[in-house]
Amino acid sequence: MSDLILIQTAPGHSIQDLGRSGLRNMGLSRGGAADPLALHEAAALLGHRAPVAALEMAGMGGTFAVTAPTRIALTGAPMRAKIGTRDIQWNASHTLHPGEHLIIGAVTAGTYGYLTAAGGFATPEVLNSRSTHRTAGLIFDLQDGMRLPLLPDPNADASPMGLRPDNRFEGGDIRFIAGPQTDLFGIETLTRFQATAFTRSATANRQGVRLDADTAPFRADMPDGFLSDFILEGDLQMTGDGRPYVLLCECQTIGGYPRIGTVIDADLPRIAQAPMGASLRFRMITLDQADDIAARYAKDIAALSRRATPLIRDPATIPDLLSYQLISGMITGHEPEEQI
Amino acid sequence: MSFHLTMEPWVPDAVQMLVARASANPPTGVTGVSPCLGSVLFTYDPDASDRMTVRAGIAEILRNTDWRGATPIPAPTVWHLPTAFGGDHGPDLNAVAGLTGLGPDAVVRMITDTPLRVLAIGFAPGQPYLGLLPEALNLPRMSEINPQVPYGAIALAISQLVLFANPSPTGWRQVARTAFRPYQPDAPAPLPLSAGDEVRLIPVGAGEMDALLSSGDPMGGARQEVRG
Repeated sequence: MSDLILIQTAPGHSIQDLGRSGLRNMGLSRGGAADPLALHEAAALLGHRAPVAALEMAGMGGTFAVTAPTRIALTGAPMRAKIGTRDIQWNASHTLHPGEHLIIGAVTAGTYGYLTAAGGFATPEVLNSRSTHRTAGLIFDLQDGMRLPLLPDPNADASPMGLRPDNRFEGGDIRFIAGPQTDLFGIETLTRFQATAFTRSATANRQGVRLDADTAPFRADMPDGFLSDFILEGDLQMTGDGRPYVLLCECQTIGGYPRIGTVIDADLPRIAQAPMGASLRFRMITLDQADDIAARYAKDIAALSRRATPLIRDPATIPDLLSYQLISGMITGHEPEEQI
Repeated sequence: MSFHLTMEPWVPDAVQMLVARASANPPTGVTGVSPCLGSVLFTYDPDASDRMTVRAGIAEILRNTDWRGATPIPAPTVWHLPTAFGGDHGPDLNAVAGLTGLGPDAVVRMITDTPLRVLAIGFAPGQPYLGLLPEALNLPRMSEINPQVPYGAIALAISQLVLFANPSPTGWRQVARTAFRPYQPDAPAPLPLSAGDEVRLIPVGAGEMDALLSSGDPMGGARQEVRG
């Protein structure tokens, strides 16, 4: 079994799995990966049946090594990545060997990149999850030099795989459904909201993303003493100044601001990944449409592993090609890709 | 299922009754029934059911009941929480006393005489909304936000109290403080309170509260009474 060594980590790094669902009545939001789809992609690339705890990297990567040959997957927001001096493909799995440095740089699009090591991190579980949830004080502190133990790789001999890159890293069109407070906004405000081109503000984190637009505030007609109500991930909340926020995985669970609707699950990764300044537009769909999309989205996630294809490597980039026993069929997936 | 946009005396009882009925006999596919202040959230497994079926199941539970005539369900658990009112531990008590015209002693008595219920837990982990207080204490939220109340702050607005789990900004008026932590991440039971529990605030002096706070015990001297 291997440890992943954090040679150099960054402030936006945290351990995340799919989070803690179903604890809303205890005041705990799901937390977990800001882009859960990226964890499903990693599972597909590594041949895992379900996502495991990964390293979420907001904006900036780091430098990593291992204590035994370890398969890794790089998913989510594309980042510059190298093993030693050799550039490696994003949205793909690779094998990292002891002595090699995996060097991940800044995002080239999107916000949250993920480093998943096969087996997943064996860090402590709290309430059935390894996710750091800062607002709940559930924090697994990461420091340079730390060794994170990994669970056994169920499929250690598998070859590197790749998935076609997705386009969810540059903003775009977002679909939402009406909620219990949508009617408080009135049809004119609802229409104007859908006609507005927003940009993702600099104010954004795992709790929520603010939307900027050069337009009048979006106000609801609220009675005095309006009761606070549950918040759902994806809620489009208008704060006191009538400016919208999309609430994300680590949001508070009850809030008193009115919400014009709720972004559907399938489009939440696109919101979470939208980089600062990305353009976002919102379109309301019916509940029936949303249910159809949700069913299709679940199927698409289940089909990810079938969409993963073996990484084709250019023989010219393989150092010391002659040392490989190409004829005997003994390629094991442990071939050193680059030694330092 | 949203009963009302604003607080009415019957709303908490209606929420409680719906949660009790739906939890005892959940519609097909329902995986969670969670109370909020004026509403109940149903979650369901789309592989086991669909929206139409869940809606019909909820409508069936709602049928033939006078929800505005709902009566409270007896609390299975009562928490007695030592609480210091006014002074440094309740800097807004005098403002509440002034706005209501009751005087600080009467406000404290009114709060401590009320068998409060945990109406909902949320915003932050474990954090309870308590109510309802008598109509005389139905004050709006402040227009100015208090930049920070400490953990354990008990703050009042719209006939309710919030017991803050963590230091937090708020538009509610802090009338008291307790050393009881509603979220204890290191304890075997990290979230001691449940929606529906009864809470009684037991007045203690400022010095006693300082001692409870400095002891570091997250139970803050709370006594849990389980009723048969």
